[in-house]
Amino acid sequence: MSMINYASREINCKLVYYGPGLGGKTTNLEHVYQKVAPASRGKMISLATETERTLFFDFLPVDLGTIRGFKVKFHLYTVPGQVYYNASRKLILKGVDGVVFVADSQLERMEANIEAMQNLYDNLAQHGYDLTALPFVIQYNKRDLPNAAPIADLQAAVNPGWVVTDPARQRALPDPYHEGEYLVSVREGQWVERAPWFEAVAMTGEGVFDTLKAVSKLVVKSLG
Amino acid sequence: MNHATSWSFREDDARRIQLVLAQFLADSGARTALIVDRTGQLVATVGEAPAFDPTAFATLTAADFSANDQLARMLGEPEFGALFHQGERESMYLADIARRVILVVLFDTRTTLGLVKLRVRAAVQELSSVFTDMFARDGRAAPKMEPGLVGEAEDEIDRLFGGV
Repeated sequence: MSMINYASREINCKLVYYGPGLGGKTTNLEHVYQKVAPASRGKMISLATETERTLFFDFLPVDLGTIRGFKVKFHLYTVPGQVYYNASRKLILKGVDGVVFVADSQLERMEANIEAMQNLYDNLAQHGYDLTALPFVIQYNKRDLPNAAPIADLQAAVNPGWVVTDPARQRALPDPYHEGEYLVSVREGQWVERAPWFEAVAMTGEGVFDTLKAVSKLVVKSLG
Repeated sequence: MNHATSWSFREDDARRIQLVLAQFLADSGARTALIVDRTGQLVATVGEAPAFDPTAFATLTAADFSANDQLARMLGEPEFGALFHQGERESMYLADIARRVILVVLFDTRTTLGLVKLRVRAAVQELSSVFTDMFARDGRAAPKMEPGLVGEAEDEIDRLFGGV
């Protein structure tokens, strides 16, 4: 879905951070902005309300450098988490190359996570995209909070997996990020694939770059 | 993988577009013309180099156009084919091209909105045919990169995001 500009020799990839309100999407981008060398990133733009809630989107361009004569750039976007702004959420997904779902680990936000995930799936479908075929990772944020739900519960609710119908893909795929676990495995007699997932505390930056690295690599692979 | 919106922009495409836009700038007296795709990526710039950050500008342009598109639908219009933002000295005129890209014209008091609008029509028509050809071409063959690029890009990702 990315655009390859042979004239300016640029490849631009669009990554979108999605998830429930106040889950930490903007905080993820802010951390990337603070930590990436200034020469490798552009200005961060936030279209937010006076109370710093995202109104339309946040945007941060990150420059990967020149690879084989092509300047490779990632454009990082967040969407507004509030359901009220669904129209603008949908617009940002246009032309998306990769998605990070930032889930809020707090027990009382479980329902909001599930709703946002369904909403992501629906909004992508309206653009003609299939979430299960896109580069996609999940981040469980706010792992430091005392009311954070266990990972197993979050996985069951937010990342139950989708049925793998392609026979070529019906084989066990170890999760490279969690020893002894699998991204593709048989569960209840069916081959099921789950999205790669990461634990994070975006406020301190923990897990932010693990998440970004994983989704960027998936996007780059999809170009090849 | 869904490649529905994949497309590539080649050097001969750039040349065709530059010719059209250079003629348009000469005819209209506008300063700069930019082509931005609907996902917010800058495709081409012709005329005076802008003083602002072009990447940020392209993103906001696409968002502006998309938001107005939705407003149009609410009013029962299929789209607003063009938008105009008026400043004291600097103004911008945005026009849809083939439903996939946006022509952004920057102009100042050296010309008038009337002249820009008059001349933009021919440019839009010519650009529409250029872009329609490009999209038809890429619909047949989604762009792919040479295999070595993926491995090297992964190394760069580790370097840039790994040490922080």
